[in-house]
Amino acid sequence: MTAIASAAPLLEVDHVTVSYDGFKALNDLYFSMLPGSVHVLIGPNGAGKSTLLDTIIGRVRPTEGRIVFKGEDISALPEFRIVQRGICRKFQTPGVLDELSVEANILVAATRDRRSWRSFTMTRSAAERERVEEVLTMIGLIAKRKLPAAQLAHGERQWLEIGMVVASDADLLLLDEPAAGMTNREAGATAQLIRQLAGRHALIVIDHDMDFVEQIAAPVSVLHMGSMLAQGTVEEMRRDPQVAAVYLGKAPKGAADAHA
Amino acid sequence: MWNKRIAYGLALIVLAAAPLYLAPYELSLLGRFLALAILALGISLIWGTAGMLSLGQGVFFALGGYALAMHLKLANADAGALPDFMQWSGLDKLPWWWEPFRSPVFAVAGVFILPGIVAALLAFLVFRRRVSGAYFAIITQALALAAATFVISQQQFTGGFNGLTGFGSVFGFSLTDQHTQLALYWITLGALALAYLATRLLLDSRFGTILLAIRDGENRVRFLGYNPLPFKVIAFAFAGVLAGLSGALVTLDLGVISPAMFGVVPSIEMVIWVAVGGRASLIGAVLGTLLVNFGKDWISSAFPDLWLYAMGAAFILVVTLAPTGIVGLAQRWRSIPMLRRPTPPALVE
Repeated sequence: MTAIASAAPLLEVDHVTVSYDGFKALNDLYFSMLPGSVHVLIGPNGAGKSTLLDTIIGRVRPTEGRIVFKGEDISALPEFRIVQRGICRKFQTPGVLDELSVEANILVAATRDRRSWRSFTMTRSAAERERVEEVLTMIGLIAKRKLPAAQLAHGERQWLEIGMVVASDADLLLLDEPAAGMTNREAGATAQLIRQLAGRHALIVIDHDMDFVEQIAAPVSVLHMGSMLAQGTVEEMRRDPQVAAVYLGKAPKGAADAHA
Repeated sequence: MWNKRIAYGLALIVLAAAPLYLAPYELSLLGRFLALAILALGISLIWGTAGMLSLGQGVFFALGGYALAMHLKLANADAGALPDFMQWSGLDKLPWWWEPFRSPVFAVAGVFILPGIVAALLAFLVFRRRVSGAYFAIITQALALAAATFVISQQQFTGGFNGLTGFGSVFGFSLTDQHTQLALYWITLGALALAYLATRLLLDSRFGTILLAIRDGENRVRFLGYNPLPFKVIAFAFAGVLAGLSGALVTLDLGVISPAMFGVVPSIEMVIWVAVGGRASLIGAVLGTLLVNFGKDWISSAFPDLWLYAMGAAFILVVTLAPTGIVGLAQRWRSIPMLRRPTPPALVE
């Protein structure tokens, strides 16, 4: 949070190429963002959005280029080390821990000391317990805290995973389709939550639903064939003829329904 | 919570008083099965909680059993003489790796440390490659096969198919003496109680939560900043130590340890005990071990040819009809009235 004023980027995707047998899922992509900022990534299926998040989090390794986080090259670190540096991701299909209670899910995420030999304890620090309360309130699941996560409705599962990512207190949150499968009202609440999180965390949000993206009210980047096609506001992207051609369809008006 | 503690306390008292109301033969059976239950606790931990199915727990059982048996063979051999089976094989010098087992301290420490180290090493090598599920089960089964084959083939060093037997006494106490048998029974019961408590604490700690979380979604846990590898290695090593302790106690009780006790078939039987009792429950593992083994004793003396079929049938029934085992059935039974209780309306749409 203290770094917000400085101009040093939190994350720099430094000319990254990811190629699978010659197919370039990401093609010499450059992308950077400041601490506390929000960025929305859109683009047609196969544009490389999820691959970009995979590469940042270490699930996929860059063929060329590097990922720089807080000024350090993290492209070769093991996944859990990257997370420990301060990046946490919500996956496209909700990855909550079904057999644990809602509360335990958040607690696992909120635990600061994740080393195995320090885990033989029954006690929780006051800070961790407080954080759990805070996050449960934020995602509106405080009344269901004792339920196994498996019993939650789809939208609630999405929120739970968002809550886990938030509870990790990472400086950079990666949200892959956080509003997928949600009702309009739920999606609205999610957009509001994202605006609320900005500042304390930097966020990269992937989504298809233009109404949802509009509500986030953040700069939008359009990916196409592994490269950055355009960047700007939602309105600018809607008017951009190139973007319309590859992603929004010929009629910008109908864009909102394209993937709803 | 307190009800449960009182019930467990009562069960412990009833078991501790068993020498008062059981005939020596039955008591010896019960003691052996309680010793086996220690191993079953470990299977419940790694399979029931952490989702790692091991078909090779016999290997760690054997390491504990042989570590103690090697000491007993040396301690009971005539001064300066080799253990009997080595003489029969024409060996004239004790192999160097037998030498440290002369020390009772080394042997007893070895009962815990050897299986712990081997289990940790195996888990590290396999889980580092992110091998899991059926592949892991197959690797452990291959290990059980290899271990039994190796022991049989190295008869001059290991006693081969007959194993190690004919100990006579343990630390100066005659194994056939009734008092020794009685003490052994209580030591076994105490060991089981301690093993149960240790495993329970492990499960109730944050470690246990992470273990369950890893089974639920190893990748989710990894992407929350945890390295799943040491959690799995520690759990597997802990189960290995329990198996080793179990092996040592059973070796004392039966007066023998041999490949017939730890190869592929015994290793699979061990998993069946836990499946029958309920793999996710520690008490289920203990109950399943007692039930299946007493059943085995009864069926194999009444209908000697039927045992393997009965065991196979029990396993198929449990897997298809009651995957949570006896404990799961009991819980479902208890929860039927609760189904009738109206559930409060959902608070969020």
